[in-house]
Amino acid sequence: MSAPTPERLVAITGMGVKTPVGLDLDSFWDGLCGGRSAGAPITSFDTSDHPVSFACEIRDFDVTAYITPKEAAHLDRVSHLGFAAAADAIADAGDLGADPGRIAVGAGTGVGGLLTLEAQISTFVAKGAMRVSPFLVPMMMSNATAAFIAIQYGFTGANFSVVTACAAGANAIGEAVRLVRAGDADVVIAGGSEASIAPVGLAAFSRMGALSRRKDDPVHASRPFDKDRDGFVMGEGAGFLVLERWDRAVARGARIRGAIAGYGRNTDAHHITAPSPGGEGAVRCMQLALEDAGLTTTDIGHLNAHGTSTPLNDASEAEAVLKVFDGAPPPISSVKGATGHLIGAAGAVEAVASVMAIERGLVFPTVNHEQLDPALGPIDVVSGAPRPLAPAPALSNSFGFGGHNASLVLVPSPAA
Amino acid sequence: MDRSAAFDQLREAAVEVLHVDASAVTEGARFKEDLDADSLALIEFVMALEERFDISVPEEELDGVTTVGQALDLVMAKLAASA
Repeated sequence: MSAPTPERLVAITGMGVKTPVGLDLDSFWDGLCGGRSAGAPITSFDTSDHPVSFACEIRDFDVTAYITPKEAAHLDRVSHLGFAAAADAIADAGDLGADPGRIAVGAGTGVGGLLTLEAQISTFVAKGAMRVSPFLVPMMMSNATAAFIAIQYGFTGANFSVVTACAAGANAIGEAVRLVRAGDADVVIAGGSEASIAPVGLAAFSRMGALSRRKDDPVHASRPFDKDRDGFVMGEGAGFLVLERWDRAVARGARIRGAIAGYGRNTDAHHITAPSPGGEGAVRCMQLALEDAGLTTTDIGHLNAHGTSTPLNDASEAEAVLKVFDGAPPPISSVKGATGHLIGAAGAVEAVASVMAIERGLVFPTVNHEQLDPALGPIDVVSGAPRPLAPAPALSNSFGFGGHNASLVLVPSPAA
Repeated sequence: MDRSAAFDQLREAAVEVLHVDASAVTEGARFKEDLDADSLALIEFVMALEERFDISVPEEELDGVTTVGQALDLVMAKLAASA
């Protein structure tokens, strides 16, 4: 096996998640392996006028365990979830002992504070301009989560947000890796968050024809690569990693959970929502990530697919994967059967899942995947029970509306 | 509405919008220093007063209003003008 050179590695020393199947790492893992999707009728608003009335909601999350009620009132749910996941990741990393000016934050999101925006537009229509909240702008802006993390912890290094739809979480992590490699930061808090299960948001995604219509059986609606899949299921949540310069993570005796060895990103430049023909953009993106890591396809032991459960994405991704891996790809799984599609948080939550799979020596199964769609070709989708995995690098894909592609190569800690 | 009743209303609004304890809301309390209300929070608070008292407070009239007592003066003047 080829090996990534140490200077290309960025250590992962902390992780945190907020997902529809678990609000901490252990419960998240149990949710991925438990076989039950979080798909259920929406309870947070009235869906009687909607063609799609279900999603994967987070129901038992209390942000006041992390921030005061006053702070919570001036942040959108997307930042509640994002900040809480980041705080968990920072706590998981132990004492960073870094210069705050050398700690950066990168946070991805698909749409930012949509719940607040929708509510304020309703207020505007009902009561007029003078009743619009002065907090609308800071609550809805897509960079609010990254800014709030910095404010709470006093991290004064580079701070940015990535808005590349469903690739945003992976792009934020990848750009953070480049920041560390370039010497611009010693530590980066990087990930993504999303909370777009909102009345107009739901209507908009369903009007695109992107969502599953399986409303009589929502728990089985998100079924990546299955022959009966009919669309994705909206989810919400967040995932954050603490990424650290390899040598300093080793020097401070941090528990290194794994490392990021490679990052590829490109754009289809083809269509605003449809993938490029033959999955060409995705093919090149995966190759870029492998080249960046100094690895070849035979090194990869597990592929975390974008696997949204839409007919088009899964077909295009399967085609791309078969091309990249020359007809013999490694075991594939998608977390989206369990969690639904976390949009701008997906790539970050799935990076966490990929690292946990490496740590535990198990590939998590693809919930609801019962029968492989024969049109997808000979891909090996892990389903049912977790499958043993020998220590090996993993490849994680994220593809976003807009044609944005991002792939990460995650490797076991060489020290392990 | 007398000043005492108006103050009770104003205090309720402050507790709700500024997330402070009722005991902290006195006529002498300063919005910024004592109630931790920044300029955005103050705008939200005035919006709450407009709704509660059915009054209209143009932004320029807020110049120089730094304490709860001054805000109450403004409310009382608006209520008198509309009576």
